[in-house]
Amino acid sequence: MAEFEPKVVAFVCNWCTYAGADLTGTSRMKYATNVRMIRLPCTGRIDFMLLLQAFGHGADGIIVSGCHPGDCHYSAGNFHARRRWMLFRELLDFAGIDLRRVHFSWVSAAEGAKWAELVNDVVNQVRALGPYDEFPKRLNRQSLEQLCSVEVGR
Amino acid sequence: MPRIGVFICHCGENISGTVDCAEVAKVSAEFPGVVHSVDYKYMCSDPGQNLIKNAIQEKKLTGVVVAACSPRMHEPTFRRACAEGGLNPFLCEMANLREHCSWVHEKLPATTEKAIDLVRIMVEKVKRNRPLFSINVPVTKTALVLGGGIAGIQAALDIANAGHKVIMVERQASIGGHMAQLSETFPTLDCSQCILTPRMVEVAQHPNITLYTYAELEKLDGFIGNFRAVIRKKAKSIDEKLCTGCGVCFQKCPNKKILSEFNTHLGTRTAIYVPFPQAVPNKPVIDREHCMYFQKGKCRICEKFCPTKAIRFDQQDELIEVNVGAVVAATGYEVKDTDFFPEYGYGKYPDIITGLQFERLASASGPTGGVIKRPSDGRIPETIAFIACAGSRDPAKGISYCSKICCMYTAKHAMLYKHKVHQGKAYVFYMDIRAGGKMYEEFVRRTIEEDEVHYVRGRVSRIYDRDGKLVVRGVDTLLNAKPIEIEADMVVLATAMVAQPDAEELAQKMKVSYDENKFLSEAHPKLRPVEMNTAGIFVAGACQAPKDIPETVAQASAAASKVAGLFSKDELSREPVVAVVSRTGPPEFSNCVGCFLCESACPYQAIEHEEIKTRDGKLIKTVAKINQGVCQGCGTCVALCRTKSIDLQGFTNEQIFAELVSL
Repeated sequence: MAEFEPKVVAFVCNWCTYAGADLTGTSRMKYATNVRMIRLPCTGRIDFMLLLQAFGHGADGIIVSGCHPGDCHYSAGNFHARRRWMLFRELLDFAGIDLRRVHFSWVSAAEGAKWAELVNDVVNQVRALGPYDEFPKRLNRQSLEQLCSVEVGR
Repeated sequence: MPRIGVFICHCGENISGTVDCAEVAKVSAEFPGVVHSVDYKYMCSDPGQNLIKNAIQEKKLTGVVVAACSPRMHEPTFRRACAEGGLNPFLCEMANLREHCSWVHEKLPATTEKAIDLVRIMVEKVKRNRPLFSINVPVTKTALVLGGGIAGIQAALDIANAGHKVIMVERQASIGGHMAQLSETFPTLDCSQCILTPRMVEVAQHPNITLYTYAELEKLDGFIGNFRAVIRKKAKSIDEKLCTGCGVCFQKCPNKKILSEFNTHLGTRTAIYVPFPQAVPNKPVIDREHCMYFQKGKCRICEKFCPTKAIRFDQQDELIEVNVGAVVAATGYEVKDTDFFPEYGYGKYPDIITGLQFERLASASGPTGGVIKRPSDGRIPETIAFIACAGSRDPAKGISYCSKICCMYTAKHAMLYKHKVHQGKAYVFYMDIRAGGKMYEEFVRRTIEEDEVHYVRGRVSRIYDRDGKLVVRGVDTLLNAKPIEIEADMVVLATAMVAQPDAEELAQKMKVSYDENKFLSEAHPKLRPVEMNTAGIFVAGACQAPKDIPETVAQASAAASKVAGLFSKDELSREPVVAVVSRTGPPEFSNCVGCFLCESACPYQAIEHEEIKTRDGKLIKTVAKINQGVCQGCGTCVALCRTKSIDLQGFTNEQIFAELVSL
């Protein structure tokens, strides 16, 4: 059997981490292909329903990354994200979701190397943990989709 | 049904080197909703853009995905191409195949698979894009300048000379600010008033400038291009239209012993007064706290003698409402309080004064006519000690920053003293000499070498009186750290420059941020030094940080050019990536429950309260409304909204969920 290749979803802000990942590209640094990035204006935009959705649709691991504290393009969005994150981790833990699959980081627009390193680290960790099918199995997909009012393949 | 076009770029070999572009195009063509899928060597070239434009028209596309480089690079290019092709530019999205795929991965099947995924994600997103339209807000081409010191004067004149209206608000009875109090300026020893007063007159006479002195900002609402300010014009107790500024009133005023603020309490003034002879406007105001009529109900001598009958004891404060498009905050600084250094004896001994007081003593228009005299007995001091960093760079005292100008003005003071009192001895106690600036270091060297001022590197621990002499005890750290004692006739403290006492209140009125020292914070310390984080509000001068005159003037001109740039168009156009409160139906059915969590989270104060009323005016509920002129589109409110009533255009929940579902 071929080695398990995890799917990692990264929620990144447009101004720091997305630009940092662009820098990884322009510096031609290599990292694992397993990551799929979702570009958002700010980590403050991240509603944690998004994270649940990602797990519900096949993500084996999640990265959330934005500007360093104090560097937010919108001055305070990342602080909101951080505060919300503290609570949400507790909640995820309570709900029985493996916290080793969710990673939070700050990657600035100048930290191309850090981005590559972060992706590789998370992918390796998640690869070792194996596929995450426990959560989607438990999930009532219909209700989740209703909640998000999305029909796939429309 | 959506009709999506997918355009895969090879970027020469940058993408096609590791990604099989033809394969991506082939697979993408099969995605639900995709009706057109091609690959091309350079999508951003003219022929590449024409491919997109033609396909939009021929295939009647409802959405476009360009899979090429980073959207941070070419999104504007492709959105423009779509607009030229007749498609709303916000129906175009980019999949980042270069920076996020081909450049960071090897040539492997997995790389092409990832590229296909990236395109699919964007196809799902773009299907849910809605046409958006740039938000245009009209601009009121009038600027409000707060503060009439050199910063405000420079900004106002620059804006007015660019052809725009300016409203200047100054709290004191005259414009001029601290610069009007200074004797001579470093490093050229130009007379401060000689260079400033012509500028003050220019402000008063400029057809584009409306000047309100003895006035303060009461309230500011609105947003960039459309602020509404309320100015409180304090009662001057005179009719400015009738007053000619003849000065009979203050010659006759019987209360002559009031300490003059302008002369830093070293001179006196009357109750009806102009702060200084060159004041602009040169018309008096009545200081009601000291006026005998207002305090005791008797006097009215000024009224009796006024030849134009301009005195108005019954005048009230006036509130003036103005509409402005931009605000320049130039409210300046204050000198640190006197009770700050008990060990230096300030306030206890009259001959210990601040740097600003020395300026008045050295000024030809000052209380002593420019002769350096001791405040206590009027004798000319034979020895003066100058103490730099009196308060600055002293975290224990709460001011850890450097006030920046003290090294220079202390050198200037010592030099001026030596020029006026040739036999006198001047000592300067300093920590370091910070003379960064054009001709500044040379100026300090001149003070030390030509004017023979004794510079002592060390701190002063205490100043006390001994037989009529002020004993300055300190340490000379360059002479084996020996204690040193100087008997001086006068001591000048280079007190720290601090924010105005009400700077915090002003910042809150303007909804701008300020730092721990209450100085106003610029939007970016390097790249946006004159903008504030609230769009349309700019900053100039020492209200932002301690700075000297040339820096203040440079910053004021920079702020003015930003304002002129803003006023160069009739309407402001901005990306419609803003939050909206959902309105699917009549307002009373709005999901919003009015919890206003969003209001406390919004970094821009863009959330407004909207009252929903019945036809007969009964209030049903209060819901959130987003001011699109202020919203910057961060989406923090969206994530926070308990009822999912707010969404962010361009990054809606639906779009992002669709991206995730397509993984």
